[in-house]
Amino acid sequence: MQTLKMALKSIGSNKLRAFLTMLGIIIGVMALVILVSLVNGATGSVTDTISSLGKNMITVSISDNKGAPVQISDLSEWMQDPSLGGVAAYTKESFTGKKDGNAETVDVYGVTSYYEQIQGMSMLLGRFLRSTDIDNHTYVCVINEKLATELIGYTDCLGQEITLGGIRYTVVGVVEDNDTSLTKSYNNDSLSAYIPYTSLVRMSDSATLEITSFYVDAAEDKTTKDAEERITQILLDRFEDDEDAFTVKSQDTLENTMNDVSSALTILLGGIAAISLIVGGIGIMNIMLVTVTERTREIGIRKAIGANRHVILQQFLLEAVVLCMMGCGIGIGLSWAVLQVIGIVVSSLSITFTLNGTVVLIAVGFCFLIGIVFGLYPANKAAKMKPIDALHYGG
Amino acid sequence: MEKKETMIRLKGVCKNYQIGREVIHALDEATLEVTEGEFVSIIGPSGSGKSTLMNIIGCLDVADSGEYILDGIPIEDYTEGELAKIRNKKIGFVFQSFNLIPKLTAEENVELPLIYQKVKRAERARRVEEALKRVKLERRASHYPTELSGGQQQRVAIARAIATDPSLILADEPTGNLDSATSKEIMDIFHELHQQGHTIVLITHDNDVAAQAERSIHILDGKVTEVKR
Ligand SMILES: Nc1ncnc2c1ncn2[C@@H]1O[C@H](COP(=O)(O)OP(=O)(O)O)[C@@H](O)[C@H]1O
Ligand SMILES: [Mg+2]
Repeated sequence: MQTLKMALKSIGSNKLRAFLTMLGIIIGVMALVILVSLVNGATGSVTDTISSLGKNMITVSISDNKGAPVQISDLSEWMQDPSLGGVAAYTKESFTGKKDGNAETVDVYGVTSYYEQIQGMSMLLGRFLRSTDIDNHTYVCVINEKLATELIGYTDCLGQEITLGGIRYTVVGVVEDNDTSLTKSYNNDSLSAYIPYTSLVRMSDSATLEITSFYVDAAEDKTTKDAEERITQILLDRFEDDEDAFTVKSQDTLENTMNDVSSALTILLGGIAAISLIVGGIGIMNIMLVTVTERTREIGIRKAIGANRHVILQQFLLEAVVLCMMGCGIGIGLSWAVLQVIGIVVSSLSITFTLNGTVVLIAVGFCFLIGIVFGLYPANKAAKMKPIDALHYGG
Repeated sequence: MEKKETMIRLKGVCKNYQIGREVIHALDEATLEVTEGEFVSIIGPSGSGKSTLMNIIGCLDVADSGEYILDGIPIEDYTEGELAKIRNKKIGFVFQSFNLIPKLTAEENVELPLIYQKVKRAERARRVEEALKRVKLERRASHYPTELSGGQQQRVAIARAIATDPSLILADEPTGNLDSATSKEIMDIFHELHQQGHTIVLITHDNDVAAQAERSIHILDGKVTEVKR
């Protein structure tokens, strides 16, 4: 406590120099805190935008239905759940598609109507499958642009009939092949056709009305995580609390990618800022060395009246650490102010920049470490002085 | 008179300084004894090795050869930390150039050795006040050294030396920078301290000052001789 008072006093005795010394630390801390907070704020808002696109779907697969298979009616019921945006069953098989002597292997998806929304598909022409198509297992299909051009020869093919696995289907819609599709969850290169789930069940040997895989997404005002928890709960209730009966996976790949990019950026910028902090530390060491030399006589006096090595070491080390921590405090304060100003300037963008708590803690810890590391050498130099040499220094 | 312990015993102590090719014998086979409670003056012209002698007695420096026994224990048996403790508790220094820390007030300067002794705050305050009272400077407690006259600064230095109640007070030309009136004030304090039982070794180049001590030791070119009276 006494030593702390001494350190503050000696720093206070030359305020301008102390400030200039701290400047390196202040700038380093500001760089670290502001950059990291900005990256976090910006990616946070981008991720928010992405999740608001509703592309964060959850994939559920059921491996053991425990005698209570999920059926289309169950899905309709879950559609009403306030946490869930929608549910879409799907199953996929390959069939030969034919039209006027053309034949292609087609990926046929048996789906329910919400599939369009959950996959973020956009229709080029016509409409997607409707609930009535599912309920009445009608023979209508929606095909992708590529299938239309390959099999029929042109995309404007509404009302045309094609056969899939030997059964005639009427084309009611054409799906755009979206190259910029964010999720890439449906493949642009494949020839795809979407038919009512119930119709596929009739054609297929393996597909049954017992749904084994489906997609879920979150209601507009809920997060993907909320939806994930909700559907897990529903399924746990249904399957006797057996967690192994099903798997729930959220496919917020984009969010994850965004987070990866964000961490990479944070580490990169944080690293650069850390280097400037180290440079600041070298400044501290430099000034501490000067201080030790300047105060050689004082050290001699202190030693003459009974200060041992340990006490002197502690005194100068503490001075270096206090300098660093003061710089750190000022830096954090200024960072806060700068973020506040940036927040006001870009307020129209609805991005919020707040002081990131973790980075503040890291900055504090790092400054402390720098104080110790760069204070140790000068302090040790002071502690090692022989009392007689120190007393006679400079006179 | 009761038998007193020998406090300081120097035997054949040498200290050499090499400057370029030349070797200066600052202390040449110095031998002397100081008994507890004595008031000894060491007198010699400038450059005769007085300060060197005091630094060795005060454990600020070590001899090149010879033996120094302090309170019955050879000095080389102490570690650096123990020597710091001895300087702190057993010895009080008064220097010619005062050697106060300019950033600290009179009070804080006097308090410093007590802080190193880890004395509690309340006890420290009490002892600082008492020491300043003994040198009649209680009203200047919160002044900085630059705000005090030379005599006052030296009194603060004396207060600092006696605050820890050391058995030995070492004074290196304490009146060297002071006028005669102020010198007398300072010398009166030393007499008082002697009466209170402190052992005092006072270094001076002034015969009048030296004569005030019980015993005078003469030093010339590093050689020590007892002055018979
Ligand atoms: N650190 C030193 N380096 C070299 N020579 C020194 C040193 N200290 C003292 N001396 C020399 O030793 C001699 C004795 O010095 P000192 O003890 O200071 O004399 P006094 O105090 O009697 O004036 C002088 O000749 C001085 O030049
Ligand atoms: Mg001298």
